Amino acid sequence: MLKIAKYIILDIIRSKVIIAYTLLLMAISLTIFMTDADVTKGLVSITTVMMIIVPLVSIVYATTYYFNATEFTELLVSQPISRQTILLGKFIGISSAIMSAFFVGICIPVLIFAFSVTGLTLMASGALLTLSFVSLAFLTCTLTRDKAKGIGLALMIWFYCSIIFDGLVLLFLFCFSDYPLEKVMIFLTALNPIDLARILILLQLDISALMGYTGALYQQFFGSGQGIVFSLIMQLVWIVTPLLIALRIFKKKDL
Amino acid sequence: MEKIIEIRGLKKKFGRLEVLKGIDCSFEIGNIVSILGPNASGKTTLIKTILGMVIPDCGEILFSGKQVVNTFAYKKHIGYMPQIGHYPDNMKIGQLFEMIMDIRQEKTALDTDLLKAYHLENMFHKTMHTLSGGTLQKVSAALAFMFNPDVLILDEPTAGLDPIAAEYLKEKILDERSKGKLILITSHIMSEADEISDKVMYLFEGQIKFYKSLQDLKEETGELKLGKVLTKILSC
Repeated sequence: MLKIAKYIILDIIRSKVIIAYTLLLMAISLTIFMTDADVTKGLVSITTVMMIIVPLVSIVYATTYYFNATEFTELLVSQPISRQTILLGKFIGISSAIMSAFFVGICIPVLIFAFSVTGLTLMASGALLTLSFVSLAFLTCTLTRDKAKGIGLALMIWFYCSIIFDGLVLLFLFCFSDYPLEKVMIFLTALNPIDLARILILLQLDISALMGYTGALYQQFFGSGQGIVFSLIMQLVWIVTPLLIALRIFKKKDL
Repeated sequence: MEKIIEIRGLKKKFGRLEVLKGIDCSFEIGNIVSILGPNASGKTTLIKTILGMVIPDCGEILFSGKQVVNTFAYKKHIGYMPQIGHYPDNMKIGQLFEMIMDIRQEKTALDTDLLKAYHLENMFHKTMHTLSGGTLQKVSAALAFMFNPDVLILDEPTAGLDPIAAEYLKEKILDERSKGKLILITSHIMSEADEISDKVMYLFEGQIKFYKSLQDLKEETGELKLGKVLTKILSC
């Protein structure tokens, strides 16, 4: 498993896309920190940008890489190793390559300019977000046979999580505004890995007061130790579940 | 002779399309078997099922007497050369060999004849995406033979190879047979199948039309060339 991962990392590290992604993240975080003296504001800006770029690049890059390596997967399947080892090896390889780009691009600048609990939360949630979207990418890859369809599905998932979901939540709130929805909101948040990450970071900043009553409730729930554990577990669920489903499909898939 | 691969009642559907409609056959060691047939007759699917890339709907595959569908340990006795080799773009040739060696962890001496014949060792530092189709074929061939497997499965091995490289490969194939190995080849090139095969299997629409030794086929039809033999059998 780790052997496969090792060679995939060696392969990806040299790809231009990953280098470009690293440089882009680094450019964003450095410019934000250097133009704004207020570190907290900087962290908020980075969060906003990160919530869009990190999931997008993770899911699209992982899907493309997986499909480009279809014949290579066939070769691996013809070797005496189990399919489970192959898929998990690929997952470890691809996700650690994307993660290292995130580490160099975001974590190092944050460590230098804004070393704080909020900074650490930002790093942790970014890393978890990367993992969950690579995991979702594996699900799309095993669900589809065709590269174009696969990437299309990957983009749909990203689009759903970062845009459509918020719209649906707003619609839901509007329709049921006569009922107390605070607890339901916490449950709804768990249905979207991006929202989970965002809330976790925002609550570390003292701006939840700006989010009104729900914000106060969030603060009460997610700000507590229990809430943090809950959201971490939910993030892990978002990583493990798609990967397990992908594994089940891959074991029976014709290549 | 010892049967190394036995296939019983193998069926496979892709969606509504029935690709294999019940294949029963066995392959013995020390043979070169050519699997022939028109396009979409199920040749590649048959090979891929033996290799565990395609999972059959029903039927059994026995390798040295053991049921092997959904297992993987038996694959260490098989060397496979795909029709078109595609490897990770930025990987170097040397790394690819290193990785497969790493995965297979075989203690036996490596067979580097093809590696040397194709001068691949001088190209170990080249990355995959800079290689031509022919060189990729050479890499695939060298990989398939490298671990001295008991069974070699070659999917259109000489398509894309230059004549000299193809000749080397043929010699190597004959050499391996004399060591008592089973070699399965799919091919569209009749003259080649004629030259090296001991047995010929003809697949048509997912079924075995015939599976006989080349000698018998020629005697039955009274023809000297495999191409003629086939046209004679298939026209009646």
